[in-house]
Amino acid sequence: MLDQGKNLTMIRRYALSSLLLLGASTFGACEKEEAKPAAAPAAPAAPAAPAPAAPPADDKGPIKVGILHSLSGTMAISETSLKDVALMTIDEINEAGGVLGRKLEPVVVDPASNWPLFAEKARDLIQNQHVAVTFGCWTSVSRKSVLPVFEELNGLLFYPVQYEGEESSWNVFYTGAAPNQQAIPAVEYLMSKKGGNAKRWVLLGTDYVYPRTTNKILRYFLHSKGVADDDIMEKYTPFGHSDYQTIVADVKKFAAGKRTAVVSTINGDSNVPFYKELGNQGIKATDIPVVAFSVGEEELRGVDTKPLVGQLAAWNYFESIDNPTNKAFIDKWMAYVKKNNLPGGDKRVTNDPMEATYIGIHMWAQAVAQAHTTNVDAVRQAVGYQHFKGPSGFDITMDAENHHLHKPVFIGEVKADGQFRVVWKTDGPIKAEAWSPYIPDDKGKIANWLYPWACGNCTEAKYK
Amino acid sequence: MRFAPAPTASRRFATALSALAALVFLTGGGAGRPAFADTLDDAINGLASSSGEKISASVKQLATLDDPRAIPALDALCDDRLRAGADGRAWIFDSHTHDLKDPLTGAPAPAGARPAKEVELDNDIRRDAQPVLAQLQLASPDKAVRLAAAEELSKAGSDDAAVMLHKAYDKEKDRGVHDALALAVARLDIQSKDAAARLAAVQLLHKSGNDAMLGELQRLLSVGADGQPQEPDAQVRAEAKEALNAVMSRRRMITAVGSVIYGVSLASVLLFAALGLAITFGLLGVINMAHGEMLMLGAYATYAVQTFFQNHLAGAFQYYLVAAVPVAFLVTFAVGVVLERLVIRHLYNRPLETLLATWGISLILIQTVRLIFGAQNVAVANPDWLAGGVELAHGLVLPYNRIGVVVFVVAVSAAVWVLLYRTRLGLNVRAITQNRNMAACVGIPTKRLDAWMFGLGSGIAGLGGVALSQLGNVGPELGQSYIIDSFMVVVLGGVGRLAGAIVSALGLGVINKLIEPAAGAVMGKIVVLGFIILFIQRRPQGLFAIKGRSEA
Amino acid sequence: MRERLLQFHGRRGWVVLAVAAAVLIVLVPLLNSLPRSFPLSVPDYLIPLLGKFLCYGIMAIAMDLVWGYTGILSLGHALFFALGGYGMGMYLMRRMAGEGVYRSNLPDFMVFLDWKQLPWYWHGFQHFGFAVAMLLLVPGLLALVFGWFAFRSRIKGVYLSIVTQALTFAAMLLFFQNATGFGGNNGLTDFKHLLGRSLQSPSTKLALYIASAVALVLTYLLCRFVVTSKLGRVLTAIRDAELKTRFCGYESTHYKVFVWTLSAMLCALAGALYVPQVGIINPSEMQPSNSIELAIWVAVGGRGTLVGPLLGALLLNGAKSYLTAAFPSAWLYVLGGIFVLVTLFLPRGVLGLLTAARKRKAASPDRPVEAERPAPAERGAAPEKATVST
Repeated sequence: MLDQGKNLTMIRRYALSSLLLLGASTFGACEKEEAKPAAAPAAPAAPAAPAPAAPPADDKGPIKVGILHSLSGTMAISETSLKDVALMTIDEINEAGGVLGRKLEPVVVDPASNWPLFAEKARDLIQNQHVAVTFGCWTSVSRKSVLPVFEELNGLLFYPVQYEGEESSWNVFYTGAAPNQQAIPAVEYLMSKKGGNAKRWVLLGTDYVYPRTTNKILRYFLHSKGVADDDIMEKYTPFGHSDYQTIVADVKKFAAGKRTAVVSTINGDSNVPFYKELGNQGIKATDIPVVAFSVGEEELRGVDTKPLVGQLAAWNYFESIDNPTNKAFIDKWMAYVKKNNLPGGDKRVTNDPMEATYIGIHMWAQAVAQAHTTNVDAVRQAVGYQHFKGPSGFDITMDAENHHLHKPVFIGEVKADGQFRVVWKTDGPIKAEAWSPYIPDDKGKIANWLYPWACGNCTEAKYK
Repeated sequence: MRFAPAPTASRRFATALSALAALVFLTGGGAGRPAFADTLDDAINGLASSSGEKISASVKQLATLDDPRAIPALDALCDDRLRAGADGRAWIFDSHTHDLKDPLTGAPAPAGARPAKEVELDNDIRRDAQPVLAQLQLASPDKAVRLAAAEELSKAGSDDAAVMLHKAYDKEKDRGVHDALALAVARLDIQSKDAAARLAAVQLLHKSGNDAMLGELQRLLSVGADGQPQEPDAQVRAEAKEALNAVMSRRRMITAVGSVIYGVSLASVLLFAALGLAITFGLLGVINMAHGEMLMLGAYATYAVQTFFQNHLAGAFQYYLVAAVPVAFLVTFAVGVVLERLVIRHLYNRPLETLLATWGISLILIQTVRLIFGAQNVAVANPDWLAGGVELAHGLVLPYNRIGVVVFVVAVSAAVWVLLYRTRLGLNVRAITQNRNMAACVGIPTKRLDAWMFGLGSGIAGLGGVALSQLGNVGPELGQSYIIDSFMVVVLGGVGRLAGAIVSALGLGVINKLIEPAAGAVMGKIVVLGFIILFIQRRPQGLFAIKGRSEA
Repeated sequence: MRERLLQFHGRRGWVVLAVAAAVLIVLVPLLNSLPRSFPLSVPDYLIPLLGKFLCYGIMAIAMDLVWGYTGILSLGHALFFALGGYGMGMYLMRRMAGEGVYRSNLPDFMVFLDWKQLPWYWHGFQHFGFAVAMLLLVPGLLALVFGWFAFRSRIKGVYLSIVTQALTFAAMLLFFQNATGFGGNNGLTDFKHLLGRSLQSPSTKLALYIASAVALVLTYLLCRFVVTSKLGRVLTAIRDAELKTRFCGYESTHYKVFVWTLSAMLCALAGALYVPQVGIINPSEMQPSNSIELAIWVAVGGRGTLVGPLLGALLLNGAKSYLTAAFPSAWLYVLGGIFVLVTLFLPRGVLGLLTAARKRKAASPDRPVEAERPAPAERGAAPEKATVST
């Protein structure tokens, strides 16, 4: 059995395997570095990635900008548009002469809705591609998995999606809404006469950090307004859940007799069967209004809007807002879609995270111009002063203290054509509260990166 | 229009005036809205105002005017069909002719009305308008309209309507509408100053068992901040307590019945997913991991047919589902046959390899669909006859689309049974199952029938996809969420008998839905999976099995 | 002893193994410590990636033990990998108490769930020894119990595969729930340090890589020991003709349960080494498709060889890394195609291809090719089909 021939086989096998081991891994890993991962047709004709040599000099050549959004996997549905609008904005800036006389060069990577891959790609962008800034992430999981990377390597991330707060990082600028810029105003609206004088509340969400934290904040908020726990029902379903018969029946029972409103943090695919079930069981928006935080124009694109008409959503921007800035923004976007033949054609829409991406990139460009360098530490100090005329029609400012945008709040009603009709809005932008004042554990927590506090999560100043 | 009582002389004068006006109306109506209906006209035009307050004020005015001619305008307002014309008047948008028409006369709008804008209203305005609309509709000759109006009023309505409500209640002849109106009256009376009226209202609620006024009943039984009971009258309190018990026990019963019904509808979905798999596995010994993708292909076929109808056969759009059924079946049947010929055929005695190969095929299918249709979900609309539901009892609504799925799956199962047990083809297939070599010797074309049966299994999955498209999302990963469930049903039900799949689907669906109210959706699923894993240990051949567990 | 060691794979085989081990454990770290400008230097970001691949290699070898040698196709093996990972994750989370976003003793996700104290199953995980023991024992126990009941009931073949798939799916659903107490959809992440060393420092990453390489070599040796022993012969017999083996007096259940549990614990070890290098563990590691991919690594490399699966794991993961970057939409086609082609045309995997090529070359007119050992054949559905004779 153990003849020479077998020995030879074994040897060859081992030699082959060792070589292949080293080769395949090195090949596979190195290829990640060399290959230009922009597979989307909308990628502008950017020069091929240079060989991994020494980092480029800070003051010559194009400025690299990282784009970290899932182009495949479950989140691709939401995130692809953000990549597209980022590229559009970069084109716009380049056409106007670039920043500091240098063109912006986008570096698009695809973390494929895979959280460990997000961290890997973030590291790749900062350490290998030497990007000056990254625009990316959508889910809180993805943000949480790249946060240590950005903090370790001192990178800069602009995060454009509404989230649960409870965070303020030295290395992140948050252009999406914190709960007090979305959830709390929505609940206040529902409590008012215009919103239906709701007395009972159903907090319905997908089971992950954003709905859990948001509902925790809302529960405390409702307590502060005198709503008892008996009048609050909190339910969670997993991602992709599609059978809402029992849950909707429970909502109907809960709502019997008292004015009830539903606050929905259901995310993604589950929204369609949820609203369908609501419609089929005869629940009308005038009886039990449902306000959603994760349903925007993009989500309505793939959906039969009949059962949703009249239901509500709360955002800081709607495509239907009527003002010249928004019109120009939408025109630019549709022209870009047409020029690059993006899938969906003239059915493409704009939404809140897209607007936030647009504002974020412009603010960063302004900060670079102000600081006269792309150096992260310098730019970070300059971002906090930036103003920008947002498509929402307001003058949007970045708060230097907590790294969040001041944003206006709009409540919109779904129309049959998939657009929203604004039924309520704040008078002007409101400041974000990174740490919710309603949560007892957050009492006294400050997010203020200015002197003498200089921290994102502390109860006393760093410098006395 | 109503006239305040006036002294005799003026009254005579007023009567003469109205006679004159009536004459003008009858003769000069074509020129536009009649002059004497000015207040009504103003109110209707006010509905299209750009100010929310003005709209609400106009709605209130229409309530006071109590003129049924305002119904079309109010209905259009609540339905988002009212438009503000460029001439400042209100026009109704007719979805059939795609044109504007006059709210009072129905005549088409003049050119000066265009372009007309949408009326900006919100739920608050709708909440004000709906009861007023219902109040006006109470006088309608159509029973269904009156019933809907009465139900609307039992939910909400202003107390000003009390007098009118009582009048309508006394006048009403139809049983169903009468009962609904009784509830509406009870809702008002329960807050009346008169204890007897309150007692009557509570007795009514007790009789109906309706939980709409549960909150009110509880309030009656509660104790105020001063320690005194909210309800001073002891008899009313006693009655309220009994009413509350009746309502709660009825609720419990309805929840239980509801769970069973939801379980059956879930079971119908499971059965669709599993039936095809039961055929391919039971009759052919092949585990097809791409089975979920057959469901997905069926759903996308439905989407394609829907798009085709939207673009080319818009008139017949409501019937696209009927066309989608054969298309989905044929597409997935074809894909199944091709799959069998190219891949499965070579792997017949290697079930584990089949598993892996079909998994690879499922990946390819998913990616292909993604590239063709996009990674996005696609919208498949319910045709009108499947939207909405039937209210079995208050609080228990059975949506039409789910009833449709149950009926559909019963029909398909029956068809499959007939095919297998009453046709020659079925006889041959059963022969192959029992003894392949012998069947081949006898002259049955085994290879051809293998392909056909695989195609049939896939085709049934395609039909399942049609059903799924009506219930939830359609996306490239649709199949992945059903594959595990299909396996469970097949493994539990045992191999080789159709009855096994049906019984196990029913059992799993109902058990899942019975657990769900208590433990939540996810735990229900986990418990069911755990149950199956344990059950298989005890009885590896499943519930019904015609052959002993082979060494497969 | 020498005889026994030679049984593994001959003298020259040992030499090659030593060379390979040296390359992995000594050479790569050396190259890593060279400055970047050196052409052969291994860059820093490659180290955790290689470590990840090596952990996959361990998992593939463990899978080969149950599938290639014993004929049990498990479609839920990634569950044990994930459980091991969770065990390590729990240790890392306990270790960073007070350093999370909320500066609390509890992990962050428990704070935002409003929990006031640690659930009972988290106690003890602040000690490294305890954590390691638990992360090996818990998956091992689960495997033992499940295996005992499954194999005792004579569940095999596709039924077993489906049941294992259900098991991992149910576990995934359970862990996705926040209420279960393992971080829900987010999983466990944001680790700070391991055994006192910061996880972000290159030296810790290198140490983890070396540990993974050592673990891989030891796993390989252990599995070689098992399959070349008498026990290994019985396993092969069970794979090829279980009924006959039982009639010969061997209690197949015991053997199967043993190898099943061993394999599960090896996977758990792989998971434990994987998590600190990747920085996150979440329930999607338990999804059925991960386990199915594991099966294809083994099939591509060559079942029943121990080296083949290692090869398959590295090849396929390397291809995945490359293709998802360069041609993202092509990756699934390639993977699906590999599944189909390997099962249809390469039942013995890539290694089998090489072996066959070598055999054909060695064959000459006066020395006919030896009869090929047939692929580990699974029984067809009909019991009367004649068994393939060896």
